[in-house]
Amino acid sequence: MSAIEYQAPSFKLEDLWTDRRWRAIFVQILALAGLFAFLAYIVNNTINNLQTLGIETGYGFLNDPSSYDISQTLIDYDSRSTHGRATIVGILNTGLIALCGIITATLLGFTVGVLRLSGNWLISRMMYCYVEFTRNVPLLLQILLWYALVVHSLPRPKNALEPLSGIFLSNRGLVLPGPEFGSGSWIIFIALAVAVAGAIAFRRYAKRIQETTGKIYPVISISLSIIVVLPLLAYFAAGQPVSLNWPALSGFNFKGGLTLRPEFLALWFALTIYTASFISEIVRAGIQSVSHGQTEASYALGIRPNWTMRLVILPQALRVILPPLISQYLNLTKNSSLAIAVGYMDIVATIGGISLNQTGRALESMSIVLAIYLTFSLSISMVMNWYNKRVALVER
Amino acid sequence: MTDATQTHAPGTHPDLPPPLGNRGAIKWMRENLFSSPTNTVLTLLGIYLIYLAIPPFLDWFILNAVFDAGSRAECWERASGACWSVVIVRFDQLVYGFYPVELRWRVDLSAVLLAVALVPILFDKAPYRRGWFVFSLIYPVIAFFLLWGGLGLEPVESAKFGGIMLTVLIGVTGIVASLPLGIVLALGRRSELLVLKVISICFIEFIRGVPLITLLFVASTLLNYFLPPGTYFDLLLRVLIMVTLFSAAYIAEVVRGGLQAIPRGQFEAAMAMGLSYWKMMGLVVLPQALKISIPGIVNTFIGLYKDTTLVVIIGLLDPLGLSQSILADSKWQGLSTELYIFIAIFFFISCFSMSRYSIYLENKLHTGHKR
Repeated sequence: MSAIEYQAPSFKLEDLWTDRRWRAIFVQILALAGLFAFLAYIVNNTINNLQTLGIETGYGFLNDPSSYDISQTLIDYDSRSTHGRATIVGILNTGLIALCGIITATLLGFTVGVLRLSGNWLISRMMYCYVEFTRNVPLLLQILLWYALVVHSLPRPKNALEPLSGIFLSNRGLVLPGPEFGSGSWIIFIALAVAVAGAIAFRRYAKRIQETTGKIYPVISISLSIIVVLPLLAYFAAGQPVSLNWPALSGFNFKGGLTLRPEFLALWFALTIYTASFISEIVRAGIQSVSHGQTEASYALGIRPNWTMRLVILPQALRVILPPLISQYLNLTKNSSLAIAVGYMDIVATIGGISLNQTGRALESMSIVLAIYLTFSLSISMVMNWYNKRVALVER
Repeated sequence: MTDATQTHAPGTHPDLPPPLGNRGAIKWMRENLFSSPTNTVLTLLGIYLIYLAIPPFLDWFILNAVFDAGSRAECWERASGACWSVVIVRFDQLVYGFYPVELRWRVDLSAVLLAVALVPILFDKAPYRRGWFVFSLIYPVIAFFLLWGGLGLEPVESAKFGGIMLTVLIGVTGIVASLPLGIVLALGRRSELLVLKVISICFIEFIRGVPLITLLFVASTLLNYFLPPGTYFDLLLRVLIMVTLFSAAYIAEVVRGGLQAIPRGQFEAAMAMGLSYWKMMGLVVLPQALKISIPGIVNTFIGLYKDTTLVVIIGLLDPLGLSQSILADSKWQGLSTELYIFIAIFFFISCFSMSRYSIYLENKLHTGHKR
């Protein structure tokens, strides 16, 4: 072994480029230096600009009165409230539209995805047309189109359409009978929470029993009845504290009830219809990804079609469906920022729009908006990564 | 009945056609539309829905539509359908924006040249493809001088750009610039060099975590703070940069998916052959990875193309922005549906053909592995 002698690396300048190890370090240092130079340049410019323009910085303006109104709020808010409160209203409004959109888009998307695979030629073609027409037209255009339809094509409140008694559809939006919570209605919510917890516990118990003994309980119907019956019992036990507030026409608009304003309706419709077409494709691909042999093997084992779907096909399809589905949910949430085009007051329209224009605090306002979206997206994608690791096929 | 005698030798009689209910259209309908009670109900429901939706729509869309009226009032007087006159009268504006009328031949020319430049990229059977490629490579320079002027051509400010021309300009620039940037970002994210990896991850996750519209707001409100005082930075240029960065982050994720799908053996074999990093990536890994990623890349491009409509929110005059200004004209007030449907048709045609092309490409590049 004496022929091969270790030579201490003598460093030469050209090694920086010709030696792989040195080059790796050199490139990284170069990249870091470049990045820091770039950041320093931007920060330096910003400080200079702010000084020459004489703009104060800081988040103190969040405590100043906002002096603008927001048409739809989930919490108390008026024009004397602070910019900070306007931000919270915006966050809640974004959350509201995202939640509503996600629920309806999932329902519609799964229905369309399954119908698209149906053996019925007409239905499958109709779903294909729906998917292609909505996927290939910009969402902003669809939002504006729905908004124009609601505002221009629906009748005035005086001649509002009344598809069901107590529900009015007019160019001022959709008015529904709204619930009014009297004192003691908190019992119902507690009952609901208890019922959900109970249903989850029961599901776990049933799963354990199934895994050990093979006995299957009707989990879905029992959980559903727990969730429905318990709050109902609480409702009567507390002396019926919740009543419906029926809307009525007074003057030029409706009084009472729950009003879904045109901008909310348009945004909700458009987001649902647009996202559902993407979800339907995901669902279709997921179901198709489970090979037919799985179904046949399950039948050969004597498992009934219903249970085949639930125990064999769905768990495998969900592994394919869930990751892109969640990223569609994220897309929907981010797309809800288009609300600003129709004047729905979400986070971009409140702090990133009116507050920014009124106070001129562009830097602070935009950083808040970006931070909120980033927190939301990054936490969801962390959960997703965890889930993906958990369900990933264990390979060699 | 002399014909009743047997004319065929035993065993040679040609097959009789299947019963009427078991062939042709009837068989097809029985199998595809009425195979079970549920299917029958679904079919009837579908036919009813079509009956509800299509005739009134056709009535509005074409049968009762007006094509040559001078104003909305005249339209509504003459018929109850759509008033396409607004699209016809303002067609030039919807296509060119406020580009000077006498210079619009330059936009037309660059559109024609764009089509010419695209042929060798889209179809590998184009004749003289190599030479043609050179033209595709220098096309951006030609288009720049044609659209903005210079080199003896009268200059045109980008504030005058608008309409479909602006959509195509932003879309094509974004697509062309974001693909290489996206590939570089994907390589960075998979790199063994920690610093490059972290920078790539931060960039990609930041861009993907926020809506495009907030980035456009940053471009329109904050960029002035970030640059030295007095720097003038064209709004269109800022938008182009932001749109490119935005879709590059998405492309990077798609390409990363493709890179991850390449078996380790390919990397190891390439390294064993003594290929350097760039040769390994360029000759062995990327060709395979990009091939897998085509559907995702084209989907990202379609998304980018649709997202060009967002520029209206920061005040550029794309077709949507122009339709707002047309609607502000008292002559055409209230005809938003007609304008929006016209723009929707334009987007549908472009995006649908892109997705069809992606399917064609996928099938063409699908060598092996197909079951």
